[in-house]
Amino acid sequence: MTEEKEHREYAGQFRRSWAKLKRNKAALFGGALLLLYLFTALFAPVLYPGSPSAPNLMISLEKPSRDHFLGTDELGRTIMGRIIWGSRVSLLIALGVISVGLVLGVPLGLISGYYGGKIDFAIQRVTDMMLAFPGFLLALALVAVLGVGLKNTVISIGISMIPIYIRLVRGCVLSVKEQVYVEAARAVGSKDFRIIVRHILPNVMVPITVQTSLGMGTAILFAAGLGFLGLGVQPPNPEWGAMLGSGRAYLFNAPHVATFPGVAIFLAVLSFNLLGDGLRDALDPRFRI
Amino acid sequence: MKEQDKPLLTIEGLHTCFHTLDGIVNAVDGVDMVVYRGETLGLVGESGCGKSVTALSVLRLLACPPAEIQGAIHFQGVDLLGLDREGIRRIRGNAISMIFQEPMTSLNPVLTIGEQIAESVRLHQNLSGKEAWRWAETMLEMVQIPGPKQRAKDYPHKLSGGMRQRAMIAMALSCNPQLIFADEPTTALDVTIQAQILNLMQDLKQEFHTSIVLITHDLGVIAEMASRVIVMYAGQVVEEAPVRELFKNPRHPYTQGLLGSVPVIGKKAKMGRRLQEIPGVVPGPLETPGGCRFHPRCPKVADLCRREAPLETVLGEHRRVRCWLAA
Repeated sequence: MTEEKEHREYAGQFRRSWAKLKRNKAALFGGALLLLYLFTALFAPVLYPGSPSAPNLMISLEKPSRDHFLGTDELGRTIMGRIIWGSRVSLLIALGVISVGLVLGVPLGLISGYYGGKIDFAIQRVTDMMLAFPGFLLALALVAVLGVGLKNTVISIGISMIPIYIRLVRGCVLSVKEQVYVEAARAVGSKDFRIIVRHILPNVMVPITVQTSLGMGTAILFAAGLGFLGLGVQPPNPEWGAMLGSGRAYLFNAPHVATFPGVAIFLAVLSFNLLGDGLRDALDPRFRI
Repeated sequence: MKEQDKPLLTIEGLHTCFHTLDGIVNAVDGVDMVVYRGETLGLVGESGCGKSVTALSVLRLLACPPAEIQGAIHFQGVDLLGLDREGIRRIRGNAISMIFQEPMTSLNPVLTIGEQIAESVRLHQNLSGKEAWRWAETMLEMVQIPGPKQRAKDYPHKLSGGMRQRAMIAMALSCNPQLIFADEPTTALDVTIQAQILNLMQDLKQEFHTSIVLITHDLGVIAEMASRVIVMYAGQVVEEAPVRELFKNPRHPYTQGLLGSVPVIGKKAKMGRRLQEIPGVVPGPLETPGGCRFHPRCPKVADLCRREAPLETVLGEHRRVRCWLAA
């Protein structure tokens, strides 16, 4: 019985945020769109059996029709199929990028904010240097060093995300660590590591969650940008940015080749941003209902 | 010597200063005090007189730098200032614990009450998670929180101020410490709740044989709780006395002023008697006056007070005063 009760308590916390999220139509739309993308990515082989990369020059640059819902590209590959399979690539990149940013950025931000002093100074100066470059330019420079490809795209965009997390987490830690409950934790004899992980980290989870959702949108956009420039995922792998880039040449006689991948990118980024904004409002404890 | 007469905590010549950009702030300047087993010692003074800093210095909860702690603090013969980080961490919460002023902000909003109490137990005692949780429930029962099993699973925002302060007391008592610093434990509470909390602390003190250092500016609380009182002013001890003695026969003009500034109602209130006040304010930490630190506000000030700082005059056991008039 107690376990059941406990479960209900946690559900209560969750339900409150969920109730607020449900009222936010834009966030719901974003969430639904994201679910659609997730579904598409997971069931790509079912939704589009066969290779999205196999060329068929007989049907190149065909307009959208009943046979080819979104038309075909210059090599006669179905754009619908490539967008479906491309969602796998884009979501994978978003997930990978955020993992790199979280795994390295959050601990560094926690250490920097909690300990302060020389460690903080060192971490912050490196962060300053990284933030001095626009994020995309930094990713671009890293690709130049690491080389092209899926893995290097993830690493380079991931690294460009790290300073954002460091700054965000450090700022939150600076205010949380001055709270009396942190001093109280110290007064009962908690070790630094325990204070950071158990008392401070949960209190900075909300901004991290929101940044993660927004960051995934940025990651997709950056990856598409790299792909557009031919520096991201390499053909013939279906990647929205690369599709957009190759469609550019046919913008006047076959505009659908560049348009549909563009719409896919736009909607994916929009879904993450709407959801991120909604989460920020729903999780903010100051606006508890 | 009886067990009760042995000092639990001795503080000798405690100097705590903060290095700031504006200069060195001497928050605590040469404080001596002794706390015995099972007693309640009252520490009184206006805001900024160094009461809290004294407590924080004992547990070494001040960040050094900017703070610098000098002097000697012995707890059961152990030199607290000589301990390494791990050593002092074992003392905190286990042998000496602290109750903070603000129950609203002293509990972590994202952890349940039970988790927070269980944590302090697990840090110092070799208990499993389940045992610690059960102990947390027992502690909540001990501090008379109704429905302790349910409340243990609640987050702090579901509890009222009084309930939270009870939870804080439960946390402070969870490892059965020998000494508790209670830093204005009732200041943030309603008057009716204050009385309940004070009674609770009194009862638990008897039950656990804990010594309490009660930091407050409320003389009513002192009269009810403390057996001995130390009055502080501008970082120094200006008077020490058993509680009855202090209320009956205050020797330092500052103590007299403090007692005079308590409103009196009922028969004792004389018609037309104005509420006395101590003129002026506590000197800022960087503008400590020369001579006696209280002289700019003292109604009985003499030339000597302006020129030279008075030394402590010992008038008897636990009876001392820092004033030229008593010397």
